[in-house]
Amino acid sequence: MRVLVVGGGTGGTIVANNLARRLAPEIRARKAKITMLSASDQHMYQPGLLYVAFGQMMPDELYRDQRSLLESNIDFHVDPVEKFELDKNSVTTQSGKTYEYDVIVIATGSRTMSNKIPGLEEAGDTFYTEAGAVKLFKKLREFEGGKIGIVVGVPHKCPIAPVEAAFSLHDYLKARGIRDKVEIKYHYPINRMHSIENVAIWAKPEFDRMGIEIETLFNVEEVDVENKVVKSMEGSEYAFDILISIPEHHGMETIESNNLGPDGWIPTDRNSLKMEGYDNVYVVGDTTNLPVSKTGSAAHFEAEVISENIASIIKIGAPVKEYDGKVYCFIEAGHDKATYAMFNYENPPDLKAANKSMHWFKMSYNKMYWASVRGLL
Amino acid sequence: MSEHKIVDACNTYCPGPLMELITYMRQAAVGDTIELLSTDSGTANDVPEWVNKIGHELISSEQVGDVWHLTVRKAK
Ligand SMILES: Cc1cc2nc3c(=O)[nH]c(=O)nc-3n(C[C@H](O)[C@H](O)[C@H](O)COP(=O)(O)OP(=O)(O)OC[C@H]3O[C@@H](n4cnc5c(N)ncnc54)[C@H](O)[C@@H]3O)c2cc1C
Repeated sequence: MRVLVVGGGTGGTIVANNLARRLAPEIRARKAKITMLSASDQHMYQPGLLYVAFGQMMPDELYRDQRSLLESNIDFHVDPVEKFELDKNSVTTQSGKTYEYDVIVIATGSRTMSNKIPGLEEAGDTFYTEAGAVKLFKKLREFEGGKIGIVVGVPHKCPIAPVEAAFSLHDYLKARGIRDKVEIKYHYPINRMHSIENVAIWAKPEFDRMGIEIETLFNVEEVDVENKVVKSMEGSEYAFDILISIPEHHGMETIESNNLGPDGWIPTDRNSLKMEGYDNVYVVGDTTNLPVSKTGSAAHFEAEVISENIASIIKIGAPVKEYDGKVYCFIEAGHDKATYAMFNYENPPDLKAANKSMHWFKMSYNKMYWASVRGLL
Repeated sequence: MSEHKIVDACNTYCPGPLMELITYMRQAAVGDTIELLSTDSGTANDVPEWVNKIGHELISSEQVGDVWHLTVRKAK
């Protein structure tokens, strides 16, 4: 049985490690083989970018060598897939090699699409990339006062990040002693200030207390770069000095160009996590079209289901698990406090008041992540 | 040819039905219709409000059993 994992981020790494341990006897007996193809020899802990943007972490703290995170019985290559031939059970890579498989797991993640909105790439600052997070930090460090807008595209990974960015920004400006010289205005695409109703109910009074202004039903249409004005499809506009943007995302270009799904989101069964129409293609993480948040947490829980099922199909001929939509997200709330949201397809999140111990738990998780992707947590 | 697409956002909390609709509206062509399925009763108010503000067209809104069916045509 040849298992091919495409993508060495959160989802792909957990699938491969979990499977490598479950299938150790089969791999030793040469009855199974796990191959991983990725686009980079480095693994980035992406949630750390939020801390980089506010000077709380250095970019080099966010990386580990991908090989060092993998079980030694995984055959790992940095050779991105360019062509998927799912009907022939094979892929072709950038180097021109062809890999055949019996089961494939697609875990290629997502990318920001600032270029879809005229002017946003030039005038907006996003902390969703390393270069963007560092640039934003330097800008904020030199900022002496004025107007900062936060705008949000749909869909984007980590739905909680816009709220966390607003809290962190308030804290940072306060620590610099210039909060009273800055107007912060948070813009959100739907008619409440967060997509999760309970998050909106909890965060709105916090924003009011911190003096963060809110405009809902604001979907960015274009940015006038010269005059520094962002305009919405709904017809309103905001003049800014700094525009923090959480841009719309797509799946990876390869997924789009191979027509695996519109905008790179692969149609995926919400319980079995198989690509629709294929029995031997699993999809994990951001690149699914599932109606769950695009988070490392969702990728983690999905990866556990996929690896347990592939292993059990090999061992007993049947899957043992279904994905129930589980997601667990920390929410940094500023003032060294945090809370969390946990939910699945059936149960909405029930938010507790933020406290200091949750913040320190999140800070520890920033380190524990590396044990988690090794499949040890 | 305009397309009709069904988006099943039943039993989902994050990012939620309206965010799903916005995602699929961005992929659709002018004239296409999207039928959003949702078990969240708030959707019945949220979707018309968003559709009116943006300038798309709400074709129908009905509850069948526990599921709301909201059909929207992309107008621009
Ligand atoms: C600022 C920020 C804050 C975040 N905060 C949180 C948080 O607090 N909690 C949370 O749970 N999540 C958070 N996330 C989201 C989380 O990081 C992602 O959802 C998660 O990494 C998705 O995992 P994935 O495996 O789908 O994709 P990724 O981890 O992005 O991995 C994709 C992999 O695919 C590889 N790849 C790409 N193209 C190809 C190709 N053609 N062939 C082979 N390999 C390819 C890449 O090299 C990479 O290794 C945050 C993200 C950001 C940016």
